[in-house]
Amino acid sequence: MDLDSVYRAEYGRCVATLTRLLGDIGLAEEAVQDAFAVAVQKWDEALPPNPGAWIVTTARNRAIDRLRRESTRQARHAQALLLHQPDEPKEVGPVRDDQLRMIFTCCHPALSPLAQTALTLRLLGGLEVAEIARAYLVPEATVSQRIVRGKKKIRDAGIPYRVPGAAELPDRLASVLTVLYLVFNEGYTSTSGELLRTDLCLEAVRLARALAELMPDEPEAIGLLALLLLTEARRPARVGSSGELVVLPEQDRSLWNRELIAEGHELVRRCLRRDQPGPYQLQAAINAVHTDGPATDWVQVLALYDQLLRHTPTAIVALNRAVAVAEVHGPALALAIVDELDLPGYHRLPATRADLLTRLGRTADAVAAYDEAITLATNDTERTFLETRRARLTPDT
Amino acid sequence: MKQYLLAVQFDESVPETEEETRAQMARTAKVTEDMKSAGTWVFVGGLMPSHATTVVRPGHGTTTMTDGPFAETKEQLAGFWVIQCDDLDEALSWADRCALACGRPIEVRPFNDGSGE
Repeated sequence: MDLDSVYRAEYGRCVATLTRLLGDIGLAEEAVQDAFAVAVQKWDEALPPNPGAWIVTTARNRAIDRLRRESTRQARHAQALLLHQPDEPKEVGPVRDDQLRMIFTCCHPALSPLAQTALTLRLLGGLEVAEIARAYLVPEATVSQRIVRGKKKIRDAGIPYRVPGAAELPDRLASVLTVLYLVFNEGYTSTSGELLRTDLCLEAVRLARALAELMPDEPEAIGLLALLLLTEARRPARVGSSGELVVLPEQDRSLWNRELIAEGHELVRRCLRRDQPGPYQLQAAINAVHTDGPATDWVQVLALYDQLLRHTPTAIVALNRAVAVAEVHGPALALAIVDELDLPGYHRLPATRADLLTRLGRTADAVAAYDEAITLATNDTERTFLETRRARLTPDT
Repeated sequence: MKQYLLAVQFDESVPETEEETRAQMARTAKVTEDMKSAGTWVFVGGLMPSHATTVVRPGHGTTTMTDGPFAETKEQLAGFWVIQCDDLDEALSWADRCALACGRPIEVRPFNDGSGE
């Protein structure tokens, strides 16, 4: 382990614990950064046995020094907080519950969705502003502005640093799961440019894993982790040798990550035993079927989509279900369902129509649907995929 | 303890019956009562509609007066609560009850207690 990997692994945990000790995220970040600056000099030879504890203790001591020099009201408040913890042992390590508090603070619904994502990646993932900006293809200034504003709102509006009570928990957990799911999706099918941004996928999996460990009794948290693992497992097969998109039925299954699949299947079984299904668990179960055996059992997939549609009656779920309907009952019935759906601007609707029309032999209609999908697609790899499909229909042009 | 303003936003262009108004008053009065028994309540007040509003503006060492509110929009401030509680979550859960009681959006805004920059 070198300093960089310690930073990536410990930054979020240390900031979370220091936030509890100091009562302010900004002060906590400064203190942790101070401590890492000291570490750069002191860890020249060898890492301490417990780097996280070393950082937290050093950061706490640095914060005390700094607060003694300052005399603002905020500094006095933070100092008072520190002094009211007399039982704190001399060396303190990062506390796991602090991370959970931080997740709920960063994903508070009073923050804008973009601020939630940026704060989660920065404060929990330890990603640098530049890394987040690169991942989302936005200027660094935009990301840092979002983070600064988010932290200001947390402080000034009094967004609490705690795990919500039982009454609020379902709503608030849903907001946390959404953020992690969106981070993963942005990495898996980026809204623009190239197809995959692996670092975002890995970060989302890491955070989902931490959440599932912190909340082992929340079936939807387990469901989300299973869903991400089973999707992530197929990533190596999703892009072909020349960077092209490979759809599920055509993927080389030997490229799938067996370890992640086994872990995902085990989690899905755990959810089934608990029998409190929710949208993420159902999506995980669908992906478990996709990754079970040599080919997908579409009858089972369709049954799960029926259940998912009852939980989440959205047009996107109905569109995904239509794909399963086509496999079980044929493309004509699926097309009838798809034609009823309204998803303005979403390229996957005309793309699915195009595929169904192709299978029904309605080539001219299929070409028109591909054209529509190509216009709407924002991801280069997906657009190329659609163009290839369309070209197959009109070999002479 | 922090203090929060819970401001009721009211669309003045939508007429409502006297009966609706009475029912709302009864519901909001109940929320106020609960705030009082929880020790959260600081102040509550309903406002006259914007036709009764006047703005006084300073300029060149004197003032000018204009009829009407700051902004001539449909949505106007109709009334507000001031509450004190530990954090935003507590304020938001009161705002939930206020919004349901008066059937209107509530803006939740912390008072500046001088702890910021």
